[in-house]
Amino acid sequence: MNVLVSTGTFVAFCLDTARKTVRRPFQVRELIQQAWFISSVSILPAALVSIPFGAVIALQLGSLVRQLGAQSFTGAASVLAVVRESGPIVTALIIAGAGGSAICADLGARKIREEIDAMRVLGIDPIQRLVVPRVIASMLVAVLLNGLVSVVGVFGGYVFNVLVQGGTTGAYIASFQALGQLSDLAAGEIKALVFGAAAALVASYKGLNAGGGPKGVGDAVNQSVVITFMLLFALNFLITAIYFQVVPQKGT
Amino acid sequence: MGVAVGVEGLTKTFGRQVIWEDVSLTLPAGEISVLLGPSGTGKSVFLKTLVGLLRPDRGSIWINDQDLPTLSERKLYEIRRLFGVLFQDGALFGSMNIYDNVAFPLREHTRKSEAQVREVVAEKLDMVGLNGAEHKLPGEISGGMRKRAGLARALVLDPEIILFDEPDSGLDPVRTAYLNQLIIDLNQQTGATFLIVTHDINTARTVPDNIGLLHHGHLAMFGPREMLLSSTEPVVRQFLNAQRVGPIGMSEEKDETELAAEAESGEELGPLPPIPVQLQPSNRKPRDAQREPGRWCAENNIEPPAGSFR
Repeated sequence: MNVLVSTGTFVAFCLDTARKTVRRPFQVRELIQQAWFISSVSILPAALVSIPFGAVIALQLGSLVRQLGAQSFTGAASVLAVVRESGPIVTALIIAGAGGSAICADLGARKIREEIDAMRVLGIDPIQRLVVPRVIASMLVAVLLNGLVSVVGVFGGYVFNVLVQGGTTGAYIASFQALGQLSDLAAGEIKALVFGAAAALVASYKGLNAGGGPKGVGDAVNQSVVITFMLLFALNFLITAIYFQVVPQKGT
Repeated sequence: MGVAVGVEGLTKTFGRQVIWEDVSLTLPAGEISVLLGPSGTGKSVFLKTLVGLLRPDRGSIWINDQDLPTLSERKLYEIRRLFGVLFQDGALFGSMNIYDNVAFPLREHTRKSEAQVREVVAEKLDMVGLNGAEHKLPGEISGGMRKRAGLARALVLDPEIILFDEPDSGLDPVRTAYLNQLIIDLNQQTGATFLIVTHDINTARTVPDNIGLLHHGHLAMFGPREMLLSSTEPVVRQFLNAQRVGPIGMSEEKDETELAAEAESGEELGPLPPIPVQLQPSNRKPRDAQREPGRWCAENNIEPPAGSFR
């Protein structure tokens, strides 16, 4: 029962945020500050996570592919895995873990210091003022971050394949187009966009509903990260399933 | 100036827990009222319900012929501009300095030029004695200063109704005395309707025109200061005189056996202490809402306790 109620209020909160996205005045300054803040906490960890991610894929595939004599397809597999799956997932983890937790802690601290109440009393809607810019900033950074992760991941796979496993540059690059296609990148970016929105919405919702002193803020951050992770993996499955239904795949 | 607030049959619950029910009172326009109550009786909840931050389960709050709990969110944001609220710790925006905090409502809601904003902010900061602290961040100043800065921000849009959430919590007696004097002076200057939520009985005895007492989920009594200070109703008397003898126990209501034991022990209440003179504005001119000392008692044929109003 409780779960249903909180799910309902969360959905109402999301709709409220969507409605207030188009209401003026739009908070450009807050948006820029937040986008800068989220990227500053997420760029480095995202890059550092995506290098080993690309390398692991190359490592996993390397020996198998060699036994099958399909070394020339390593690049294709790498692109497929990184761009379609690991890119958005790494982005999601970083956005939720670094960006979302920071948003939740910030809003939660403001909530328990009664800053949010004060804002409402001063006639300012905190959803329009604080949540909307954060959600848009998070979506923007997620899309850009996904691009970064894809590039760094593919590059990581390349370095590993060519330098460690003795693959060739030509084969790696030439096979890019063998399995993957441009719509894979578009799908990855759409995933990142949705993940960015979801992470910021959950974080804001949890932050604005924090209660019970400093411990309440800690609990809210903890819950927001856990809920976001579960939500993101479910969304990832959903979007992938739809994608395979809608877009015809190569080689089938 | 000043707007009356009419509360009728207001009830608030959190889940199954009833915070208070059937609270009815009218905050008279332009007067200072204090809402008292033991810790945990939902005084702050009452204050937040008055400004529409929390929705009551039942009842009405009438302000300018509008019933607050039934208003749409947009209307609610409009009517809130009549209010100034001082939150417990000032509730300043941590990322802005004092100046920007006080200027915030002006920048959001008025089309004043930056020079005009500066003028108004300087005036309000002067009122609360915070000149020279404009560029400090809320984290860098003391709790008392944060409260005063929060008060300056609450005053900046010239509100008709000003609510104070425990203005004296965490302040030393001297600072509390200054703040009480400031409240009296502000009421004289602005003529706004004031509601102070507190459990400091010294404030309650000397500052307000009216006193209300929340106890055990109900409004025990609400009326002119002299009415409550001369009342022999057990709860009112116990609380306003800070005594152990009476219906309020350490954790909650005393039960019958405890009350019987108390009666048997022969511990008795002394006579009511004298009613103190109400705090005067510092320029010695009477406030509009001020009543002569002893007038209520005389009108209602009640003999004030010996030594009152001296």
